[in-house]
Amino acid sequence: MALDATTITETGRPAAPATGGMTLQRFARRRSTIAFLMALPLIAVIAGLVAWPAGYAIYLSTLNRRMTSFIGLGNFEILLDSETFRMVIWQSCIFAITAVVLKALLGFWLAHMLHHIPTKGQRVWRGMLLLPWVVPPALSTLGWWWMFDPSYSSLNWLLTAMGGPSIPWLGEPGWARASVIIVNVWAGTPFFMIMYLAALKSVPDQLYEAAAIDGATGWQGLRFVTLPMMRNIISITVLFSLIVTFANYDIVRVLTNGGPRDLTHVFASYAFQVGVLSGNIPRGAAVSLFMFPLLATVAFFMLRGVNQRNREMA
Amino acid sequence: MMSASAASPSAVLPGVARKVGSLRKERRWALITAYVSLVVAAIVMLAPPFYMLITSLKTSAEISNPVGTPWIVRNPTLENYWALISDPMFRGFFFNSIKITAAVVCVTMVISVLAAFSLARMKFFGSGLLATGVFLTYLVPDTLLFIPLYQIVGGLGLLNSIWGLVLVYPTLTVPFCTWIMIGYFASIPKELDEAALIDGANWMQMLTKIFIPVALPGIIAATIFAFTVSWAAFVYPTAFITRPDEMPLTIGVVSQLIRGDTFAWGQLMAGALLAALPPVIVYAFLMDYYIAGLTAGATKG
Repeated sequence: MALDATTITETGRPAAPATGGMTLQRFARRRSTIAFLMALPLIAVIAGLVAWPAGYAIYLSTLNRRMTSFIGLGNFEILLDSETFRMVIWQSCIFAITAVVLKALLGFWLAHMLHHIPTKGQRVWRGMLLLPWVVPPALSTLGWWWMFDPSYSSLNWLLTAMGGPSIPWLGEPGWARASVIIVNVWAGTPFFMIMYLAALKSVPDQLYEAAAIDGATGWQGLRFVTLPMMRNIISITVLFSLIVTFANYDIVRVLTNGGPRDLTHVFASYAFQVGVLSGNIPRGAAVSLFMFPLLATVAFFMLRGVNQRNREMA
Repeated sequence: MMSASAASPSAVLPGVARKVGSLRKERRWALITAYVSLVVAAIVMLAPPFYMLITSLKTSAEISNPVGTPWIVRNPTLENYWALISDPMFRGFFFNSIKITAAVVCVTMVISVLAAFSLARMKFFGSGLLATGVFLTYLVPDTLLFIPLYQIVGGLGLLNSIWGLVLVYPTLTVPFCTWIMIGYFASIPKELDEAALIDGANWMQMLTKIFIPVALPGIIAATIFAFTVSWAAFVYPTAFITRPDEMPLTIGVVSQLIRGDTFAWGQLMAGALLAALPPVIVYAFLMDYYIAGLTAGATKG
């Protein structure tokens, strides 16, 4: 797995034999110079296109609308005072948590189902089930938008054909929020499925055999063998998906564009609305910076998980 | 979860022989559950693309006057596709996407292969820190950066230009590609490069003659990732591009094919499908590399 990469860089190459003296030293010096030069484009990308913009965002968020004077935390205060923005915070959290929980459960279920059928059939099923992940989300959301269309909704046709009610998918706030979650779950479940499937395949069969000999039921096998073995991959996948879902933009933009009445906005779409469309760059920067505390927390736990994993594997 | 019982291949072990009859039945039920779940999941997963395809084959008249189920097409026509293919604006979107993606994939692979080689095999001051930095960078979403980048790209005069996108897309691709390449390079046995060093190879030769050929599956996986991500990128082009002639496909389809109140749904769906085709084709032919790349770390989405 790629995740153990950090240990490798830390252990490095074994020390060269000390016979060469001066030349070896020079060689080592040259090697580190070459290594640094090779990594320089990467450093440039990280520093110039990620670290600097991130710092610049903090600076921008402290300016007034015309970017002429420093107003400290003014933008953050105005945002927190606004009813709309408090709704955005709520909606972002509800959206991300609900969607991630559903994706994790459905992905776990599907991975298990896929793991049980004979190996030669797995390829075809996996191929089909991964398709929503492959299609660019902005484009597949267009298809969902059309399926949710108020006058021609094909989903409502199916519902009424089965005797159900006709649902105002994108017109009514509650349903609009549910629609955004449905599309996100649809697009993201395959990712969980494929990660869990890879993890399930890495659990050695002997463990289940040993558990069965000890008289474990299927449920106990799941609880005491599968889950502990998959713990790391589950937590990494969930944390990662939490970041990506929390920062999601495409689905909200295409499906509801924030409406009805700004009730489906998440941080990203609201930042876009305020910063780019209404032209208040500093306030837009402030909106997107609200994502930072959660991202930092998640990143901390992920980094800890990855390091733990490295230590276990070392 | 009834699924778990079937997970144990131990069901036919001698120690539990007396339960074999019921276990076999249980296993059959588990298999049936598995297939039923998979069929339902496949229907749900494939319904939206399927419905997009159906719609794209319909005439506007058939779409606006639905008789019976909308899920089948009665008079299939390719006119929506023809209209798009003969539309210079749509072709322009396609070429823009191709240009951007090709440039970004090349830049990404050069940067990340060099950096991964240096981080996996050679050490320098701060290289451990940099590897952690790569991982953290990967976790920074584009929606956090697009406003400052909007200012920066604007300051460089690259708003409304595909080159502005080529400049910023590496933030989406480079960290992950570097990350998985470090993993692939690190798994190459050290004896190989020691042998090469003894034979007098320099670092560059070692990279091109040994590491790149041996880690080719990883390079393919990383290339696929870079391709998919830059083809599907949405936040940056939405923010930076407002002129139709510089738009890539994703934003072109979403913003330019939707106009006014009456949507040309057939054409819109045809456009979305055409735009989604390249990643789907790559996936269809290189599924194993695609999945290897996906599970090697974690992909965005």
